[in-house]
Amino acid sequence: MRRKLSVIAAVLALGVSGVAAGSAAAAENAVLTHQTWSFAGPFGTFDQRSLQRGYKVYREVCSTCHTMNLLSFRNLGEKYGPFYDEKYPNPNDNPYVKSLASSITTIPDINPDTGDAIQRPGVTADHFPDPFPNEIAAKASTGGAIPPDLSVIIKAREGGADYVYSLLKGFDAPPAGLIVPSNLNYNKSYPGDLSSAWHGPKGSHLPPGGLIGMKKPLDDCKVTFDDGTGCTVDQEAKDVVTFLAWASEPKQTERKRLGMWVMIYLVFMAGLAYASYRKVWKNESHG
Amino acid sequence: MLAWPLVDQMNPSGDTLALASIDVDLSKVIEGGHVTIKWRGKPLFVRYRTQAEIASAVKDDHIDFRDKVRSLDAERHVPGKPQYLVLVGVCTHLGCVPVFNEGEWGGWLCHCHGSQYDTSGRRRAGPAPLNLEVPDIAVLSDTKIKVG
Amino acid sequence: MSGSPSTYQPKNGFTRWMDARLPILRLAHDSFVDYPTPRNLNYWWTFGAILSFMLGMQIVTGIVLAMHYVPNATMAFKSVEHIMRDVNYGWLVRYLHSNGASMFFIAVYIHMLRGLYYGSFKAPREVLWILGCIIYLLMMATGFLGYALPWGQMSFHGATVITNLFGALPLVGGAIKTWLWGGFSVDNATLNRFFSLHYLLPFMIAGVVILHVWALHVSGQNNPTGVEPKSKADTVPFTPYATVKDGFGVALFAVMFGFFVFFMPNALGDAANYIPANPLVTPQHIVPEWYYLPFYAILRSIDNKLLGVLAMFGSIGLLFILPWLDTSKVRSMRFRPAARTFFIFFVIDALILGWCGHNPTDAYVFRVGAEGPGLTVKVLAQIGTFYWFVYFVAITPLLGKFEKTLPVPDTISSPVLSGAATAEKA
Repeated sequence: MRRKLSVIAAVLALGVSGVAAGSAAAAENAVLTHQTWSFAGPFGTFDQRSLQRGYKVYREVCSTCHTMNLLSFRNLGEKYGPFYDEKYPNPNDNPYVKSLASSITTIPDINPDTGDAIQRPGVTADHFPDPFPNEIAAKASTGGAIPPDLSVIIKAREGGADYVYSLLKGFDAPPAGLIVPSNLNYNKSYPGDLSSAWHGPKGSHLPPGGLIGMKKPLDDCKVTFDDGTGCTVDQEAKDVVTFLAWASEPKQTERKRLGMWVMIYLVFMAGLAYASYRKVWKNESHG
Repeated sequence: MLAWPLVDQMNPSGDTLALASIDVDLSKVIEGGHVTIKWRGKPLFVRYRTQAEIASAVKDDHIDFRDKVRSLDAERHVPGKPQYLVLVGVCTHLGCVPVFNEGEWGGWLCHCHGSQYDTSGRRRAGPAPLNLEVPDIAVLSDTKIKVG
Repeated sequence: MSGSPSTYQPKNGFTRWMDARLPILRLAHDSFVDYPTPRNLNYWWTFGAILSFMLGMQIVTGIVLAMHYVPNATMAFKSVEHIMRDVNYGWLVRYLHSNGASMFFIAVYIHMLRGLYYGSFKAPREVLWILGCIIYLLMMATGFLGYALPWGQMSFHGATVITNLFGALPLVGGAIKTWLWGGFSVDNATLNRFFSLHYLLPFMIAGVVILHVWALHVSGQNNPTGVEPKSKADTVPFTPYATVKDGFGVALFAVMFGFFVFFMPNALGDAANYIPANPLVTPQHIVPEWYYLPFYAILRSIDNKLLGVLAMFGSIGLLFILPWLDTSKVRSMRFRPAARTFFIFFVIDALILGWCGHNPTDAYVFRVGAEGPGLTVKVLAQIGTFYWFVYFVAITPLLGKFEKTLPVPDTISSPVLSGAATAEKA
C-alpha cells in the first residue's frame, strides 16, 4: 500500500510537470533548431566576447527599429555583463562603458538653461534610446508592424534562445505557391497560419512557419567583429542571441552561482534534520 | 445605506467616465477596410463594407441565429450608412479579440475557442452566445459619429 | 487534545509574572510542546507545517516586493523588471514569491488529498475541514489577484476572462462587472484594487489558519488508521517528536523549492507574461496558472456560460459538504479498498482535467488520420467533469452504504502489538 501511495505521489509529480511542459498544440508547424548555448543549464555562463559581439549586432542592426528600454548603458559594465572589468566594480566608472554611452549622441533631454528639447550624448545612467518617438511612428515606418521591445524577448517567447536564433536564420525563400503580401516576409520559424496564403498543388502539405513583418535583418558581414571572428549570419545570430539572453536576465549567472551554494546548504540541512529525526524517535515506535 | 460610499467608490470614477464617449472620423476608413480604435479600454471595429458584403449580410437576415436580439443587418450598421459597421471587438464568449477576414462567414474568427462572426458581426459558429455588441452611435455629420 | 489540564510550569520570575497577565507562553506550550500527537503519523502529515512555512514565506517576500512594486498600468511591468535588475537581491525575492505560490499550491493539494484519503474531514472534524476549504478559496483568490499584478499579457487577458464570467449572472451581471473593473474593461483602476486586495487576503488567510489550528486542537489530529487515540500509549508529545519530523519535511520541501527558484524559475509560468499587457492583442492561448487548470477545464467543458461558471464553482463547493456526502463508517481508506480505487481515479481525473485546461478545446487528443473523427480536448474535459461530480455526489455516498471494508484495528498501537496485520501499512 505504501507502494501504491508512492505511485499516486509519482503520478501527481509527473502530472504537474507534464501539465507545465506538455501541450497538444506546441509550436505547431514551425522549424525550431536546437543549439547548445554556453549559458544553458545550472552551470551555464556567458562568454564575454560573444556578449560584446552580440551587443555590436544589436547596436548596429536591431536598434534601428527595436527598443530595449529596460536596459541602461551601465548594465553593460555589471558583473557577468559584456564589458565588465574587475578594475571597475562600479560600472559607472568603467571608461569603456562611458565611451559606449557617449558614442550615442541622440539622447533626448531638456536644455538646462532654456528648457528647449535637445539631444545630447549619453551617460552610463541613460536607458538605451528608442529609435522612434512612439509606437505609432514605429508602425508607420515598418509598414504596419510594431517591433517588440527586446529587453526580455528571450523569456517572452516559447523556445527562448533556440526560437530567436531559428527565427533570425529562418528567412528562407518562400516556397512556390505561397502568396506573400508586400508588407510581410516568409519565415519558416515564425508561428502562424499559412492556410489562407498557400496556393500550392492539391494535397500538398502547408509549408512550415508564417508571415512576419520584419525583413531579414542579418546578412553575412553586415556587422564586422573587432576580434576577427568570422561574420557569418550564423555567427551574428548566435552572438546577438547570447547578448539578448543575458539582457533578459542579467542576474542569471549570479542566480545559478548562489543557487549551487544554497542547494548544498539545504541538502546538508535536510540531512541534519533527518539525523535529528532518527535520534529523537530512536526508542519510540511509530504505532 | 451607510455602506453605500464604501461600495460606490469602486464604480467608475470621473476621469474614467470622461473617456466613455469618443468621436470617430469615418472618412479615415477605406472601402473594404477595417480599423481598430480603442474605446473604453476595448477595441472598437470600424468597417467600410463593400456592396457585396452588405448584400451577403442582408441575404442572411432571417436565418436562425443563436442570438436573435438585434440580428437584422439594418439594426446593426451605422444609422443611415449601411456601408459603415461599428462593433465592439470583443468576443461574446470569453472576451478575446476576434481577427478580421478569417473564418467561413466573411467576418471575424476568434482564435481562443473558434467562435465565428459574419459580415454583420452576427455569431454564426462556436461557443459565443451573442452577436458582437453594437455600441450606442449618434451620427454627428456625414463623416463623424459619436460612439458611447 | 483540548480539555486535558495544562502541564506548563513557568520556570523563572519573568515567566511566572507573564503567565499571570497573558498566558501566551502557556498557550504555546500546551499547543505545540506538550500537545499529544498520534505516534503513527506518516509524512503526508508534515504538509501542515510546510503550508505554515510557505504562508510565512509568501507574506515576507510579498511585503518586500510591495516596497518596490508600482500598481499602475504604465509602471507595473517596468517596476517588476526594476526589482529583477536593480533592487539588491530583488531577483531572489521575486522568484521566491512567484515560485512560492506554486509550491504553496502543490503543498495544499497534497494536504487536501491526504484529508480525502484518510477521512480527516469526517466527524468530529467537519468544521476543521470547512475552514480548510475557506483557506483554499482565499488562496485561489489571492493567487488570481497576484497573477494580474505584473501586468503581462496573461495577467491582463486572464483577468479579463475571469472577471467576464460575472457577466453570466442574469440581471446584475453587467453592473457587477463594471463595479469590479472600476471602468468598462480591465484597466488601471482594476490593477490598483487588485493590488490592495492581494495585500489584504493573505492576512485573512492567516486569521482563518489560526481558527483552523484551533479547531484541529479541539479534536486532535486524525491518523493513518482513522482510529482515535485511546490512551497515552497512542500519542507522543508534539515537541520534539512531531516538530523534528515536520522540520525534516520542511527541509526536503525547501530543497524542491530551491531547485525551482535557482535553476528553473520560469518553468511553471507562461512565456507570454513577459510581454507587456496589450488590450488590443489577445494571446493565442489564454491559460491560467497550473493550479487553476482543472477548474478552467470544467468551466470550458460546458457550452452555456452560466452553467459553466456554476459547474466551476460547484466543483469546489462540493468539498464544503463532503462530511455529509460521505456515509462511510470507516474513516481511513487504508481499510476501504473499493473507495481507494475510486479515489485513485479521482486523482488521475484531476490531472487529466488539468491537462485539458492547458490545451485548446478544439485540439485533438487523438485522431483517426488527419481529417477523421477523434477525441477532442473538450469531450475529454466533459468526461472528466462528469466523473468529478459523480465521484462526490454519487460514488462517495453510495460507497459508504455498499462497500466491504477491511477489519479496523482497535487502537493505533495494535497493528504492531497484536499482530492483526491484515491491513498492509499505507
